[in-house]
Amino acid sequence: MATTTTQTDIQQSIVKQQKSEQRKKRILNLVLLALLLLAPAVMYPVFLMKILCFALFAVAFNLLLGFTGLLSFGHAAFLAAGSYTTGYLLSNFSGLTTEMGIVVGTAAATVLGLGFGVVAIRRQGIYFAMITLALAQLVYFFFVQAPFTGGEDGMHGVPRGYLFGVVDLSNNYAMYYFVLAVFLGGYLLVQRIVGSPFGQVLKAIKQNEPRAVSLGYNVDRYKLLAFVISASLAGLAGSVKTVVFQLASLNDAHWHMSGEVILMTLLGGTGTLLGPVIGATFVVNLEYQLSQGPMGDWVDPILGGIFILTVMAFRSGIVGEIQNFMRKNMS
Amino acid sequence: MSMILGVPVTVLSGQLMLGVINGAFYALLSLGLAVIFGLLKIINFAHGAMYMLGAMCTVLMFDAFGVNYWVALFVAPLVVGCFGILLEYFLLRRIAGQDHIYSLLLTFGVALVLQGVLTNIYGVSGLRYTMPDIFKGGMNLGFMFLPYYRAWVIVVALLVCFGTWFMIEKTRLGSYLRAGTEDSQLMQGFGINVPLLISLTYGFGVMLAAFAGALAAPIYSVSPVMGSNILIVVFAVVVIGGMGSIAGAVITGLLMGVVEGLTKVIYPEGSAAVIFLVMVIVLLIRPSGLFGKEA
Repeated sequence: MATTTTQTDIQQSIVKQQKSEQRKKRILNLVLLALLLLAPAVMYPVFLMKILCFALFAVAFNLLLGFTGLLSFGHAAFLAAGSYTTGYLLSNFSGLTTEMGIVVGTAAATVLGLGFGVVAIRRQGIYFAMITLALAQLVYFFFVQAPFTGGEDGMHGVPRGYLFGVVDLSNNYAMYYFVLAVFLGGYLLVQRIVGSPFGQVLKAIKQNEPRAVSLGYNVDRYKLLAFVISASLAGLAGSVKTVVFQLASLNDAHWHMSGEVILMTLLGGTGTLLGPVIGATFVVNLEYQLSQGPMGDWVDPILGGIFILTVMAFRSGIVGEIQNFMRKNMS
Repeated sequence: MSMILGVPVTVLSGQLMLGVINGAFYALLSLGLAVIFGLLKIINFAHGAMYMLGAMCTVLMFDAFGVNYWVALFVAPLVVGCFGILLEYFLLRRIAGQDHIYSLLLTFGVALVLQGVLTNIYGVSGLRYTMPDIFKGGMNLGFMFLPYYRAWVIVVALLVCFGTWFMIEKTRLGSYLRAGTEDSQLMQGFGINVPLLISLTYGFGVMLAAFAGALAAPIYSVSPVMGSNILIVVFAVVVIGGMGSIAGAVITGLLMGVVEGLTKVIYPEGSAAVIFLVMVIVLLIRPSGLFGKEA
């Protein structure tokens, strides 16, 4: 009798603790949301939009690396597919509303993701990384030579147009809140996926793939679906980025971009929801600050140094290390 | 003039020759990658940077000390190889046994640093290196003109590739290596210094890349970014060949050079992409690569 009371006590205290943690999380999220809503009052909106686009890109990437355990080294291809498709449509079809251009750009990235996935999913680990890298290089060569991309110069002067044919997006504030809405949509979608039974299977695959197979899950199908969703969100980020900056460039397709998104995710914390956002904010800020000063030419070596440091010293990234610290010292 | 596939024979054979040369470099580089991967399970993303260092080293030694080609061909790989060993000792060793992905990311960071720093010092425009006099000129084979240096590259690259294959697959040292990576504790028990063996293996793989760089210095434009593009091609070659296979790396390397050369004649726009296309096709048919062992 006595033992059962203690057990229920323990259960109750666990439930209580979980509830207070959830409340803390909700408050944190609300604070962050408020900050994002108010941010353009103090910072240049275009810069904020750049951060949000890359944050969405990193969040999409992390769905694969952080929650499924697949290291794609070709995510630049999806960013570029979204970017170029949207750029081409909005430049050449003036009747098209902006959101239609973005939707089609995202769809193009999704189809490409399906193609990549079918080829690459058959191999694991570093094989997977190298195959995605090589596939992305194929896409890069396509964008260099295709007649509509402007080759080395890229595609310039893409009109921002009107959202739903009504809202004038040439206004930076209107544009910002649109980008914010897209980012939040993508972020919440990933959050929802990670918390769903589907997300649980993905995590199981990450932890122990043979066991997931033996439990009867069609692992390849789960991985493919995760890959396609990730590609699609990366394409969305590229599409929106093109509208914001009114240009699509080869930078988006180059394999350095794939490396950069890995760095953002790793630095912020793989397998955490907020990590990639923090990582993207950090990297975009760093690049911006460096390019303003005399250190402009040293961006690459400094990013490389951060790569080395992160892998050697704090592999769980900024958010992961904070979580570890809190777990150790505050409970 | 006789034609094959609507292309003059001299043009075709010239491009084929260039293809074989490129293939020789692909073979040397993918061989180094395969040695490092096969024995240490590290994807050496810094491999392109090591190739670049080999070439840069050759040029800089000549500019600073007048070191001639033949000496550079030995010294450049040695210098870069030692650098590789230091890298293994101070960085890669610390993450051994972790997820392979971390070694990939770490070497990627190293490549970014090396390439970035050298770009800031020397720019990207390319340094000049004059070929030794002995290689000036060439011979006329009737159907094509073969420059001596290109013939030398092919011969020496093939010799080095064969020597490496022989050492790893057929000698006692090679068997130690293979055993040491299979079960390092057991080998330690037999009194073999496995950590040293691993350092040396990484150093050797890096030396192969640097040797390719030194060979490339007289014919390609030497610059800090020369490694970054060839690296991705070499990765594709290794995937096509099958990652564990040493012989596969060499054969596929040569083959892909030829395929690339042929594409340049028939459909020039596709020449940069054709290797990646071959990779996709091979993967669809044989996911483990042409010479891969696992199913």
